[in-house]
Amino acid sequence: MRGVNLELGDREIHSIIGANGAGKSTLAYTLMGLQGYEHEEGSIIFNGEDLAALSITERARKGITLAWQEPARFEGLKVRDYLAIGARGNGGITEEEIKEALRKVDLKPEKYINREVGEALSGGERKRIELASIITMKPKLAILDEPDSGIDVVSLKEIVALIQTLKENGSSVLVITHREEIAAASDKASLMCEGMILRSGDPLEISEFFKNRCIPCDNRVSPPKVK
Amino acid sequence: MTQIALNTLSREAEDITAAYTAAGGDAAVLHNHGLSSLVISGNKVLSANATEGIVFEKKETEHGVDIKLTIKKGYKIPLPVHLCFGIVPKDGLQDIKMDFVAEEDSAVELIAHCTFPNAEKVIHKMDAKMLIGKNASLKYTETHFHGPHGGIQVLPKAHIRIEEGGSYYTNFSLISGRVGYLEFDYSVDAEKDSICEMVSKVYGKADDKIKILERISLNGENARSVIKSRLAITDNAESVFRGITEGHAPGARGHVDCMEVIQGNAKAEAIPVVRVDNPLAKVTHEAAIGCVDKKEVETLMARGLEEDEAIDIIVKGMLA
Repeated sequence: MRGVNLELGDREIHSIIGANGAGKSTLAYTLMGLQGYEHEEGSIIFNGEDLAALSITERARKGITLAWQEPARFEGLKVRDYLAIGARGNGGITEEEIKEALRKVDLKPEKYINREVGEALSGGERKRIELASIITMKPKLAILDEPDSGIDVVSLKEIVALIQTLKENGSSVLVITHREEIAAASDKASLMCEGMILRSGDPLEISEFFKNRCIPCDNRVSPPKVK
Repeated sequence: MTQIALNTLSREAEDITAAYTAAGGDAAVLHNHGLSSLVISGNKVLSANATEGIVFEKKETEHGVDIKLTIKKGYKIPLPVHLCFGIVPKDGLQDIKMDFVAEEDSAVELIAHCTFPNAEKVIHKMDAKMLIGKNASLKYTETHFHGPHGGIQVLPKAHIRIEEGGSYYTNFSLISGRVGYLEFDYSVDAEKDSICEMVSKVYGKADDKIKILERISLNGENARSVIKSRLAITDNAESVFRGITEGHAPGARGHVDCMEVIQGNAKAEAIPVVRVDNPLAKVTHEAAIGCVDKKEVETLMARGLEEDEAIDIIVKGMLA
């Protein structure tokens, strides 16, 4: 990545839009501090604190978390226990709160709460469980890496509603997406290409730019010029 | 109905009951005469209770007990039979010989807890012969609890024959306390239309040594089997897993699945062997040895767990 300047406000939903390979997931991993994605130059400031020296755990305990595009499989770990893990920092969680989180991602609690995360669930089901784990954690910043992938169009409305709920509950949300519907529900959007943020601003305008300028662009080595 | 009451005033009974509880057993079931149970401490039969359809024959020997357990023809035992084997003192030898027969059309679940909470120089041997009769079913769960010292040798050996239409499910678990030295050797002959599933889960630490050998011979048409092994080893522990499945008959289907997680200086070896001599049989295998999955660890760290806590949860999940 280079030339990435991004500012995210309190309780702001900010979409990162861009073609495959633009560096969107790399940005998400860098913010979370994953191994192999440490930034060499520049700084990441969260609530006035430079995150450079902080581990993943320390960043999570500051209130940052990440939902992966392809969630991990956990053999033997029950959905109930997985959803409770993120809530430890908030003094724990009740059974009813776990069920409520599952309902918010359109999963019937009685069907899923005792199943294993690593069971043969569909991609969409695993994605919803991942999002439910974000809800129970109540982060200050939720980074969602393509929460819409593997989820049908009907469910997309629920994803949008879920992102709004995270905001209403006090979270800022950085969401990586290709979908106009999600961008449209954002307060702000940024366009990434070739590891750079090309422009930030009104989500509909950014989304239109992406659709009209980036998608037809077949020369990704030279990103489209920005006026 | 056979009944030898567990004498609650006996010190040995109290000790083994406490050890049984520590191993995860519910001591109340050993006193419930509506349930079948057998409690053996060292070479003593402390209690035996057999309900209708079950016959216990037992003989105390110099270093153990010879047991014959029969499920009579046609009996579907509605509640699990609870078995407790153990040695409470820090040293001793327990040599169990088990002759198990599930007669035709019978069904039973056996839940065994083997507990050696203070073992410093203990040997626990089991030599079992099991016959699952025509259309009979056995579900056998064996959970071990060994305490922290590692001074124990566990040497279970069994031969199981599953007759036509029979089914055998076994789950061996040794994840609490130190393994010590484990040499597990089970072999199965599976006849026509039978089903066999063998699961073993072991967590080795310090200088524990684990050897697991599981063999299934699919002799009859449409016999099916799965061998599933989950091993986690850390520190200087070592493990060797051999899972062998042979397909000898048309329609026989077998699968060997071994996953081992290693940490520290641990050493693991997995050898899945598939042998097929009938063109209409099919046997597959998969084996993986490696560290804990990075994405799983990072996901839990992104929920606020330290790396060690994350690894612990992942390993315990795998062994659950």
